[in-house]
Amino acid sequence: MIDTFFNATIMAQAWPIILAGLGNTLALSLMVVPLGLAGGMALALLSTLRSPWVRWPLMAWVDFFRAFPPLVLLIFLYAGLPFAGLELGGFACVGIAFFLNTGAYYGEVLRAGIESVAPGQIEAARSTGLTRLQALIWIVLPQAVRAVLPDLLSNTLEVVKLTSLASVVALPELLFQARQAQSLTYNPTPIVAAAVVYFLLLWPLVRLLSRLENRAVAAR
Amino acid sequence: MGGWERFAETFLNAKVMERYWPDIVAGLGTTIELAALIVLSGLAAGLALAVLRSFGVRVVNWAIVFVVDLFRALPPLVIIVLIYFGLPSIDVVPSGFVSTWLSLALVLMAFSEEIFWAGITAIPRGQWEAARSTGLGFGETLAHVILPQALRITIPPLTNRTIAITKGTALGSVVAVTEILGQASSAVSNSYNPSPLTLGAAAYLVLFLPVVIFGRWVERKFR
Amino acid sequence: MIQAKGIHKQFGALHVLKGVDLDVAERELVFIIGPSGSGKSTMLRCLNRLEVPTAGSVVVDGIDLLDPRTDLNHARQRIGMVFQSFNLYPHMTALGNVTLALRKVAGKSRAEADEIGHAALARVGLAERADHRPGQLSGGQQQRVAIARAIALEPRVMLFDEPTSALDPELVGSVLGVMRSLRESGMTMVVVSHEMGFARAAADRVLFMDDGLIVEQGPPAQIFEAPVHARTRGFISQIQRH
Repeated sequence: MIDTFFNATIMAQAWPIILAGLGNTLALSLMVVPLGLAGGMALALLSTLRSPWVRWPLMAWVDFFRAFPPLVLLIFLYAGLPFAGLELGGFACVGIAFFLNTGAYYGEVLRAGIESVAPGQIEAARSTGLTRLQALIWIVLPQAVRAVLPDLLSNTLEVVKLTSLASVVALPELLFQARQAQSLTYNPTPIVAAAVVYFLLLWPLVRLLSRLENRAVAAR
Repeated sequence: MGGWERFAETFLNAKVMERYWPDIVAGLGTTIELAALIVLSGLAAGLALAVLRSFGVRVVNWAIVFVVDLFRALPPLVIIVLIYFGLPSIDVVPSGFVSTWLSLALVLMAFSEEIFWAGITAIPRGQWEAARSTGLGFGETLAHVILPQALRITIPPLTNRTIAITKGTALGSVVAVTEILGQASSAVSNSYNPSPLTLGAAAYLVLFLPVVIFGRWVERKFR
Repeated sequence: MIQAKGIHKQFGALHVLKGVDLDVAERELVFIIGPSGSGKSTMLRCLNRLEVPTAGSVVVDGIDLLDPRTDLNHARQRIGMVFQSFNLYPHMTALGNVTLALRKVAGKSRAEADEIGHAALARVGLAERADHRPGQLSGGQQQRVAIARAIALEPRVMLFDEPTSALDPELVGSVLGVMRSLRESGMTMVVVSHEMGFARAAADRVLFMDDGLIVEQGPPAQIFEAPVHARTRGFISQIQRH
C-alpha cells in the first residue's frame, strides 16, 4: 500500500515536475482571481443602477454563467471556437472562462454586500458633495467588502481549486503535471503528492473560513 | 455565404444536431442520474456526520473536522483522478461513473456537514434545556426539537452549495463518463463539427438554469 | 419532596455554590431571592440535573438524581421547569409544544396527548390559542404555554427560573395568576424570582442566597419586615426602592 501510493523513489523522480506544476497553479491563480474579482466588481457596480434595462440583463448574465458548468465553458472555448477559425490557446481560454464564470460568482457576493450597506451611507456621502460613483467606491464598497469577506474568501478557495480544470486543456499546472508524472512512472504516487500539495496549500484557508463561518452563525 | 450563415453552419448545424441529439439526451439522462445520486448520498452522509459530531466525542470530532477540511481543500477533479487512476493500482477498479459519484458525494458531504453543524450550533441552548427538562432524551431532542429548526436555517446555503457541486458532474467527462459533456465531446470529434457542443451547452442550461433560479427564490423565501 | 444536601458547583475556578442544603416539603412553595450571581438559578438547575453538582446529593420525590442508574428522562417528567426565556419550540404550535414529551416520553397516543394538552392549555387560560405558533403569542402567553408544557406531564414539583423577568410589566400579572392557581391546587413549587408581592402573598418560606450560600431563610413576613442579616437587609431595601 505504502509502496503503491507513497513510493519514495518515484516521489523523488516526480518532485521537480510537481513543483513546476505548483508554480504554474499559483501563477494561474494570481491571474484568474484578480480577473474574476474585476469582473465581479463591474457586475456589482452595474447592479446598483436601478434601471430594469440594466438589472434584468445583468441577472440573466449572472444566472447563465452560474448554471453553466465551468468545464463546459472551457471546452466550448477550447474545442468549439477553433471551428470558427478562432484558436485562442489553452491559456487564453482558461482566462476567458474564469473571467466569465468566477466573475458571475464574485458579482453575486459583492452585490449582496453592497445591498447590505445602509442606504443612509450613500445619502450622507452625497450630502457632503461626493458624486454617486465616489460614494460607491469610498463609502459603500469598503463596508460591503467587509460584510461579505467570508463569502469572498470562500469563493476564492473555490477559484483556486477550479484552476485544476486547466489540466484538461493541457496547461501544465499541478494536476496536469502530476498526471504526466503518473503516466511516465505507472504509479499513482505523483497524484497523491499533488493532492497533498493542494491540501497543504489550501488547508489554512479552509480552517480560517470554518472559523469565520462559525462566528457568523454565532452572531445570528 | 454571410457571416451569420457561416456561424449557423458551424455551431447550429441542423444535420449534425439531428444525427447526435439522441446521444445528448442519453447524456442528459446520465447527468441527472449522477446528480441525483450525488445529492442524495452527499447530503445524507453530511447530515449523519453532523449528528455524530453533536454527540461531542472529542476524538471522533477531530476525525470529522479533518475529513471535512480534506474534502473542502481538495479540488473535485483531483479527487476524481485519484480514485479513477489511483485505486486500480490496488486492484480496485471503479468505473468513471462510480469515481465521479464517490468524489462529488464526498465533497458535498464535507460542505453540507459544515452547514448542518453550523445550523445545529445556531439553535439556542435553552431549546435543549427545555426539551431535556420535560424528559426528552438526547436523540429525541435532536430529532424533534433541534434538527427541524436547524434544517430550516441551512436551506439557503445548502441549496446554493448543492447546485455548485452538482454542476461538477461535467468533470466526469474527464474519466470517460458518458454524461452530457462526454457525449458532446465525442460527437464533436466524430462529426468534426462543434454543433453537438452547442446542444450539450443547451442541455446544461435546460437542466441547471431552473435550479439556479429556484436557488434564488429559496434564498429570498428563507432569509 | 426535595432533599438537597451539601450542593457544591464549580465552573472551572469559579465556585458558584458552596454547600447549599435545601429541603422542600410536599405542597410547600419555597421562594428564592438574591442578587445576580448569587447562585440561585444554578441551585434551581441542580434540582433537575440540568447542572450536575460538583458535590452533594439531590433526591426528588424519592429519586436520587445523581445516581447513575437513575432513568433521568423519566425522573425529569416529574420535575417541571419554567425558564426565564420561555424556550418554546418555535417550529411547533402551542399544542405541539405541550404534547411532544407526552407522546415521545410518556408514550401516549396522539389523541390522548392532544386531550391532555388541550386540558393543560385550558388551565393556563389559553384553550383557544392551541393552534398558534409561539411567534404569534405575546410574552405572557408564551410563558403560560411553557407552564402548560410542564404541568401536562403531571409533575410532582415545579421549578420556576425567573419566570417573569423577560416580560413587559403589563404581562406579568397573567403569569403570576397561573402560578397562584397552581399553588392553590397544592403543587410543590420552588421559585427564583424578584416578584416580592407574589412572594408575600403565596410563599411559605423565603430563602435569601448570596455568594453561593443560603444566608437566611424564614416566612415571608420575617424576611421582608425583619431580616436578621445585614446582607439580607441591604438586598431587601434595594429591591423595595424600585
